Amino acid sequence: MMTDNKLSIKKKIFNWLEERFEIQELIDFAHKKSVPKFRETIWYYFGGIALLLFVVQVITGILLLMYYKGTEDSAFESVQFISTKINFGWLIRSVHSWSANLMVLAVIIHMFSVYFLKAFRKPRELTWYTGILLLFISLAFGFSGYLLPWNELAFFATKVGTDISGEVPLIGEFILKLLRGGEDVTGATLSRFFGMHVAIFPGIFIVLLTLHLLFIQRQGIAEPEEWKTMPKEERETIPFFPNFALRELLIWLIVINILAILAVFFPWELGVKADPFAPAPQGIKPEWYFLGMFQIFKFLPAQVLFINGELFGIMVFGLAGFLWILVPFWDSKSSSGRKNRILNYAGIFIIIFFMIFTTLGFILD
Amino acid sequence: MIINQIYYSQTNTDEIMNDSTKSNSSSRRDFLSIFLKGGFLAWFGVILYPVFKYLEPPKAKEEKVSQINIGKVEDMPKDSGKIVKFGKKPVIVLRKPNGDYAAFSAVCTHLDCIVQYKKEEGQIYCACHNGRYDLNGKNISGPPPAPLEKYLVAIKKDDVFIYKDAG
Repeated sequence: MMTDNKLSIKKKIFNWLEERFEIQELIDFAHKKSVPKFRETIWYYFGGIALLLFVVQVITGILLLMYYKGTEDSAFESVQFISTKINFGWLIRSVHSWSANLMVLAVIIHMFSVYFLKAFRKPRELTWYTGILLLFISLAFGFSGYLLPWNELAFFATKVGTDISGEVPLIGEFILKLLRGGEDVTGATLSRFFGMHVAIFPGIFIVLLTLHLLFIQRQGIAEPEEWKTMPKEERETIPFFPNFALRELLIWLIVINILAILAVFFPWELGVKADPFAPAPQGIKPEWYFLGMFQIFKFLPAQVLFINGELFGIMVFGLAGFLWILVPFWDSKSSSGRKNRILNYAGIFIIIFFMIFTTLGFILD
Repeated sequence: MIINQIYYSQTNTDEIMNDSTKSNSSSRRDFLSIFLKGGFLAWFGVILYPVFKYLEPPKAKEEKVSQINIGKVEDMPKDSGKIVKFGKKPVIVLRKPNGDYAAFSAVCTHLDCIVQYKKEEGQIYCACHNGRYDLNGKNISGPPPAPLEKYLVAIKKDDVFIYKDAG
């Protein structure tokens, strides 16, 4: 009797919605969704992991906003207050910092897996481009958020990072002032970074993320290259609902546990309050995802081939990044279904290159 | 034959007339389209201009500091360095092992970090990217592309003053 009643309530809600939104169509669509089952299926989970961590960022970010103050005089003290006086403040802050790092890691893994599986090829170019923009905004989130506690390390990392942007030909000066809110890194910079971090970037991010996910729903998930030449009956898939979704859920649980362990046992340090009149401390470092680049800038001499070393670095990174972004455009072999070995070598080279310089960044001091 | 010719010439004129009215109307359309698109761009510019201008920070008022007194000659031990505020700018003051004073902008010419005096090496050092300068502010190793900006030091009666180098 009870279950009958419950069922009928469920049915009633369904009917009410069906009458207004024709949700049966959506349910049918969800039933049809499937994911290719092959040896690389594991990589299909990383987009979802990044999404989970983004949600964690939004929630913990909003919680931190309740107490954080974004001014030169009180930023450091307010973070100190959150970490020492607020119940579980240290935990929320630590989760926010760790989740940010894991999110960037998940996004980077997601990007490389899409790259190596050639999932960017026609017709999914726009999914790739929106994904790249999402990666850039994730990095911008990291860079702007790093400054917010207003500690020594972040202060000098921001000085260096924004100074590099000032080297860009023609528009560098404008970008530098735009970012810093003046000539130097000051309270004005903090205000701007705070505004970007909590309003501008989340706004743009949500729009791009929605497009990114809509494209995937519209076109279906990318299938492995070898399927093009494989007879249909040999192609194995698993239903998205419930099989893939439940597995993703399980992975989310694991990620949340890892996050909790990291946040509790390795709480994020606050360091020393920034002082614009103190020498840069030994061993200033940006976040790990900028460390490889930072290390290369350390190695660059003042002059390379008659041009300024930093400018040379920016130009090389800019060109490489540009080629990387436009991979769907110039990789004609993959879009016609043929294998492109050079593409794989280039990807492996970039991974090894960054791993070496990032490791050097950690070791050398 | 003649009738035929007349007929043809008649149709030719018609076509020419048709063409000219067509091209007239299409040029009018082109004009309108350029006018509207141009107008839209101008309108967009009018909206964007204040936004861009708003984002450009105002010129900060330079604190007019021409000299600062950093204390007595004997306040600073020999072979040491410290950073002082010269208006809003950090300046590194050195007392060399021989007792001479020197002062430079403390902003590294590489990427804007603040430098320090390294006693053990007798050099000015930037910890951000291992930039090194000698005690005359000259860049001698690492990535800095230029020497540190020089400040002048004067000792009046036992007081040490730092000046901005006018040249």
